[in-house]
Amino acid sequence: MAIWLDESSRILVQGMTGSEGTKHTRLMAKSGAQIVAGVTPGKAGQDVDGIPIFNDVAAAMADTGANVSVVFVPPRFAKAAVIEAIDAEIALCVVITEGIPVHDTADFFQYSVNSGATRIIGPNCPGIISPGKSNAGIIPASITTAGRIGLVSKSGTLTYQMMYELRDLGFSSCVGIGGDPIIGTTHIDALAAFQDDPETDAIVMIGEIGGDAEERAAAFIKDNVTKPVVGYVAGFTAPEGKTMGHAGAIVSGSAGTAAAKQEALEAVGVKVGKTPSATANLMREIMSSL
Amino acid sequence: MDLYEYQAKHLFGKHGVPVTAGEVCTTPDAAHEATRKIGSAVVVKAQVKVGGRGKAGGVKLATDPMDAKGKATGILGMDIKGHTVYKVLVTEASDIAEEYYVSFLLDRANRSFLAMASVAGGVDIEEVAATRPDELAMIRVDALEGCTPEKAREIVEAAGFPEATRAQIEEILQKLWRVLVEEDATLVEVNPLVLTPTGTVLALDGKVTLDDNAHYRHASHADFVDRDNTDPIELRAKEFDLNYVKLEGEVGIVGNGAGLVMSTLDVVAYAGEEFGGIRPANFLDIGGGASADVMANGLDIVLNDPEVEAVFVNVFGGITSCDAVANGIIQAMAMLEAKGEPVTKPLVCRIDGNNAVEGRRILADANHELIELVDTMDGAARRVAELAAQRKAGKQG
Repeated sequence: MAIWLDESSRILVQGMTGSEGTKHTRLMAKSGAQIVAGVTPGKAGQDVDGIPIFNDVAAAMADTGANVSVVFVPPRFAKAAVIEAIDAEIALCVVITEGIPVHDTADFFQYSVNSGATRIIGPNCPGIISPGKSNAGIIPASITTAGRIGLVSKSGTLTYQMMYELRDLGFSSCVGIGGDPIIGTTHIDALAAFQDDPETDAIVMIGEIGGDAEERAAAFIKDNVTKPVVGYVAGFTAPEGKTMGHAGAIVSGSAGTAAAKQEALEAVGVKVGKTPSATANLMREIMSSL
Repeated sequence: MDLYEYQAKHLFGKHGVPVTAGEVCTTPDAAHEATRKIGSAVVVKAQVKVGGRGKAGGVKLATDPMDAKGKATGILGMDIKGHTVYKVLVTEASDIAEEYYVSFLLDRANRSFLAMASVAGGVDIEEVAATRPDELAMIRVDALEGCTPEKAREIVEAAGFPEATRAQIEEILQKLWRVLVEEDATLVEVNPLVLTPTGTVLALDGKVTLDDNAHYRHASHADFVDRDNTDPIELRAKEFDLNYVKLEGEVGIVGNGAGLVMSTLDVVAYAGEEFGGIRPANFLDIGGGASADVMANGLDIVLNDPEVEAVFVNVFGGITSCDAVANGIIQAMAMLEAKGEPVTKPLVCRIDGNNAVEGRRILADANHELIELVDTMDGAARRVAELAAQRKAGKQG
């Protein structure tokens, strides 16, 4: 099982012939993911390590049965690439690209909603891994193991940190949803999927300053999630009005502060750790009591 | 990037949104000349990226060129909530019958856009939202459909603008939407949008936030970058293409990944509570790769901050394994030394993740007197706070 990605996932890589695309194709394949196709316009007939390249997503899907796309296309071409994947009705489109203008993301997200066939993860995210089953994106597979914890996070390196801290217990799936102001998959989407996943026993949710996604996730947990959830929020020391790396991580006024998010999560029974290690220890206690 | 009023109005004018004539001035003499050219009473407005400038005395009416020069003399150099006034906008004074509010903004929660409009303009709109929510219309705008004539009518009707102003405001809304989309803005706000006694609707003020990710398709937006009011270390970091934010504290931070670095700031601040309130001095994300070059640039930036007493290098090796990160740190120290800027402040390093054992061995073998290795993030934060406190006390003692 796991969520959205498992051993049956057949992955195509948009932008496979670029340097990042090639590098991460190799890493994904090495970690056991089935990479069946690459897409680069004008390069049909070529291959990367024997994986065939197609001119477009539809042709790649028709020929290889791909059902997941991972996008490494540069920002200025990313919107067209994602829309092409949506038009081909691919089930899952993981957008790794960083630096996409938010109007472009708003457009392709709305386009995916209108089409109804494609889940988008990202953009500006590390992707999703179901350890031991499949890996779509740039999450290093070697730092953790398969297990029964679900993880959802805006931040890439905090995802890795948590995967590593809890590597002895292991994960069903880890999803890095990305830190941009508009993202295709939210904390709530992941929480709902983990709640329904029989292979997930407990959930770690990592948030950061900006927006109100964590507050809305807290409201969702209250009504819909019965599995134990532990949380971590980064950005207590962030100054007001400054963007800290993630474009979404901007604090103005009281809404969106780390303290407000922690309070909202604790109010619905989510245990919130003060540091990543303390958060991992909270999860350890929960897993040993299950 | 937030724009100044005069920059926002420049974009408004470019897209046909009606604004009053005006000129941006950096000296009182220029304000005199601008007023002479305008040929009527003017308003001299401080250009700062913070609200409440009117209450702070940063907006003054002037009747003639001499008066404008005097008012500009008073306003230029003023401090408004920590922002120094370097420029004033001298603009034709308008008679005002009514004040309204309109804006378009990115709606993160609905992953779309939102129009807001109110007949209660000219005041803090957040207060209107809090105290008189019925007077603030909020209408979702689909990213792909945009602000069509029908959508503009819907907004105007929901806000309850007077019948006689509706056609003009519908037109203005569609033009403001074009500012939002064609300039890649995430916020376009007019407060107040005024109705003059003769029945004309005008944007009297303007606020625009541009999307930094879209700068590549707007060469002209480079002119909007504000060098006067940016921290010099932040400007230097930008030249290295590093993501740096200056904070008030003693512990320099270098880390990889925005979330991990934010978390590092928090962990240092917690640990620092024990050592008399030691705080992180900056946010610096050197990105996922953490190569020697980038590490050297990062250390260079952080060590040049005179407030920094000790540095915390916090790297999680994911794709880049820790042996490469460790070699990067050692090479970075050598590169700085070769540049004639030898490192003199202690570095506490925590490297974890992929191939951590080998990475730590490399750092330990290097046996650099200023590098201290701590295995956990929490432990390293404690140690670096302690070192920073000791050095700070040494200076004061």
